[in-house]
Amino acid sequence: MPTDPLVVVAVFAVLGLAFPAAPLIVSQIIAPRNPGKEKNRPYECGTVEAGDPWGQFKIQFYMYGLIFLVFDIEALFLFPWAVVFKLAGPLGLLEMLVFI
Amino acid sequence: MVEGVFILMKDTIMRQAALVVPAPLLPILAAVVSSTAILVFAPVTMMFLTWFERKIVARFQDRLGPNRVGPFGLLQPIADGIKMILKEDIIPVGADRWVHHLTPVLAVVPVLALFLVLPFGRGMVAADLNVGVLFFLGVSGVQTPLVIAAGWGSHSKFSVLGSMRAAAQILSYELPMVLVIVAVVMASGSMSTSAIVDAQASGWYVLTPWGAAGALIFLLAATAESNRTPFDMAEAESELVAGFHTEYTGFKFALFQMAEFLSAFAAGGLAVTVFFGGWHGPAFLPSWAWFVLKMYAVFFVLVWFRATLPRFRIDQLLAVAWKFLFPMSLLVIASAAAWTVLDRVPALIVSLVLLLGGWWLGSAVLLREFAAMNKPRSFARAG
Repeated sequence: MPTDPLVVVAVFAVLGLAFPAAPLIVSQIIAPRNPGKEKNRPYECGTVEAGDPWGQFKIQFYMYGLIFLVFDIEALFLFPWAVVFKLAGPLGLLEMLVFI
Repeated sequence: MVEGVFILMKDTIMRQAALVVPAPLLPILAAVVSSTAILVFAPVTMMFLTWFERKIVARFQDRLGPNRVGPFGLLQPIADGIKMILKEDIIPVGADRWVHHLTPVLAVVPVLALFLVLPFGRGMVAADLNVGVLFFLGVSGVQTPLVIAAGWGSHSKFSVLGSMRAAAQILSYELPMVLVIVAVVMASGSMSTSAIVDAQASGWYVLTPWGAAGALIFLLAATAESNRTPFDMAEAESELVAGFHTEYTGFKFALFQMAEFLSAFAAGGLAVTVFFGGWHGPAFLPSWAWFVLKMYAVFFVLVWFRATLPRFRIDQLLAVAWKFLFPMSLLVIASAAAWTVLDRVPALIVSLVLLLGGWWLGSAVLLREFAAMNKPRSFARAG
């Protein structure tokens, strides 16, 4: 009796979550714990950190993000077209050309 | 005999289990068996991959590499793993504790799930989804928000900068990767990974002009997607310390490392599946051995990149993705269309003209772009 692949994915999600979590928990138990004021400061080349990293900063690449959004949706529409590509014939090809 | 050994193992387990487990639970048990197989395969492979990469890079640099722990240093990864578990876990002041604990775990899960849809051999795919490649691309896309969360959650400037770069890079290279896969889906008429492998029984896609260009684009994009040199801007040691995982120590660091290695390896697996004929190969080796061998061959090429090439600059990197790889992948789609619609000879002419012309034009534009980027800007007026 073949198993539904979605069942496999669901079971895997549970097992897969346990797999990296288990050694992390073991590590939390057996690893030494010796926090210090200096040691726990975020790394900034040894100097006292200046300013707040959670403040405003310039996202240089937001343009790329916007273009990506447009083209990624286009790519999503390409997938169903690609599956039926051989049935759609030259007209389908032309229509997709116009769409792109 | 050797061919079906893993399927035989699963069948035997299932037959024994059928005697004690009630029938409605059997599909779930089958899923558990397949999942366990992958969860054993993946970490063992990851350990071996770290050894493999270190050995090969050492060879390239005229060193010996790990050679103290066990024969040829083969037990080195195990020693590393034990060390990682024993290390103190440091959470920086001001960090978001929940995000800091969760992201390493969550980063590994989707990468492991990528192995679900790879057909390791004849009839050896854990979850034969009919949208297999789409599942692969979607699940590998989950990395982006996790990387941002990991950087943001550590409350360190290096981490935040690294994660922003990583996000821009992963987004940019996702697109050529997806479009090239669209070409494969067109040629095979299916999104299921096992059907794509079946469609290549008569000829690997890499042997067609569009397939060769597509495989090249896919490999470049996959290298960038998994943040490996020469595209490892996200964790460029010389400028960003370690990028988004600067503030992660001990086993959390190990988990990020594992996610990186395994995603590179899984991307190699997808390249093998869609371009290099999957598990097809001469019959003297079983199909799964062919598949794993090909995966290691692709991974070797990635290590080769790393040992040979210097790192890109971030603006050059994004320019390569948007001004070269993206138009090229559209041309790959066009030439794949020509290949499936036209006869062999006109198809060959059309695709060669498209691909070589595009390659020539694209690299000319890119070189001009690089030259413009490197021109000194404001210094000219100062003198």
